[in-house]
Amino acid sequence: MLEIRNLNVHYGVIHALKDISLTVNDGEIVTLIGANGAGKTTTLRTISGLKKVTSGEIILDGKQIEHLSAPQRVSMGLSQVPEGRRIFPEMSVFENLEMGAFLRTDKSEIRRDMEMVYDRFPILGDRKKQMAGTLSGGEQQMLAMGRALMSRPKILLMDEPSMGLAPLLVREIFDIIKSINEGGTTVLLVEQNASMALSIADRGYVIETGSIVLSGTGEELAKSSEVQKAYLGGE
Amino acid sequence: MQQIVNGISLGSIYALIALGYTMVYGIIKLINFAHGDIYMIGAYTGFAVVTYTNLGFFPALIIAMIACSALGVVTEKVAYKPLRSASRIAVLITAIGVSLLMEYVMMFFVTADVRSYPDVLSNASFEIGGVIIKMQQIYILITTVLLMVFLQYIVHRTKVGKAMRAVSIDRDAAELMGIKVDQTISYTFAIGSALAGAAGVLVGIYYNSINPLMGIMPGLKAFVAAVLGGIGSIPGAMIGGMSIGVIENMVSGYGGSLIKDAVVFAILIIVLLVKPSGILGKNTREKV
Repeated sequence: MLEIRNLNVHYGVIHALKDISLTVNDGEIVTLIGANGAGKTTTLRTISGLKKVTSGEIILDGKQIEHLSAPQRVSMGLSQVPEGRRIFPEMSVFENLEMGAFLRTDKSEIRRDMEMVYDRFPILGDRKKQMAGTLSGGEQQMLAMGRALMSRPKILLMDEPSMGLAPLLVREIFDIIKSINEGGTTVLLVEQNASMALSIADRGYVIETGSIVLSGTGEELAKSSEVQKAYLGGE
Repeated sequence: MQQIVNGISLGSIYALIALGYTMVYGIIKLINFAHGDIYMIGAYTGFAVVTYTNLGFFPALIIAMIACSALGVVTEKVAYKPLRSASRIAVLITAIGVSLLMEYVMMFFVTADVRSYPDVLSNASFEIGGVIIKMQQIYILITTVLLMVFLQYIVHRTKVGKAMRAVSIDRDAAELMGIKVDQTISYTFAIGSALAGAAGVLVGIYYNSINPLMGIMPGLKAFVAAVLGGIGSIPGAMIGGMSIGVIENMVSGYGGSLIKDAVVFAILIIVLLVKPSGILGKNTREKV
């Protein structure tokens, strides 16, 4: 589904990603865990096309996409739930979802998908007309996820969906991610909450200062002493 | 009362220009100082159409709007787009350069002479309760109101308009939705410039005189109007434009015609000191 080969990315003189390679197979949940500033968000931004690569390849469904614009990548089935949710606060919940379907023209299908989002997140259905900025943090996260689903992605990139949410809500969000995945959407999940992420992931990668230092199945990583020491300590 | 009537027709013209300022600022955070000159070129285009062809007011208005929107899009592509990742001050200085370029290129072609518009709208006027209302003022008001309703429709109901709002709220997030940012910026320039072009034709008719430097003062005042209303806010530009028009006419009506411009710019300073976000502007929030 998605493959990254020897990816290098720079911010000015800072070498943010160093020769990163990773693979996400069809139907998997793959998680990328690591500390603040390790390069998790940069990896996702580079995959979605907001950040340009210095060198390396990004392959989606067998096609090289690293030279394509972000909108072109969306039309190929890639969708991102950005860090900090980034919903459009001055637009209604309904309009936010509409924006998620921006590239689609099949009006009746868009309607149906919107109903599906409302089924999955009933609170959004109740607040269709409300400005998105008035929603609570958890509701905004649901809106960001619903919005990303509106493009009917084959692969969903999620950046820190648990950030700033109460523990109970975090559990709920992770359950939703799992059910989205069971519905057939491949997921690449970036998280600081390593234990949660590893508990739902098929496989995972650990990133440290721009390099992948460890990889394995979710279970393997959760048991690995290095991961326990660095990311699961005290949990 | 008379001053309010005059103020509203002048103010609606400021509002049309202010809309372009505010829309462009909303989407690329640039005070487009060349905007007043687009308005001047709109006035000349309208002038050329009514003088050299037999077309009336509405065709002239439409042609001027089309010409200006094309000019606005080209200006953005040539002068501003290459500077997309440059500092904002660099783009601002470019905008001032573009403004001067347009003024003096026009002066080269049409000379600095003041020209007067042929009568394309009725000069008639009537009186209600001691207030004289010119038919032209009614035309101006109707045209601006129609254009503003149309703009509201575009911005809130069409895909292009929603894309414009999305890009101005959060460019990265908009791109993740599949919105083409450059194309959306072009649309914004096209619409904003078309409104300025319409304002140019209306002013040409109302004041019956145009010259290549005519865009400077109304351009600056429309900028003040946009700031007063809250830069980036479309309803704010409408309110700001109307307020500036009425205030200016009030000041000159009560014997202050020499200081009316000073008053307008005093408003700018006061707004910036007291409430920089303007009447309807949002306070810039810190992004988490």
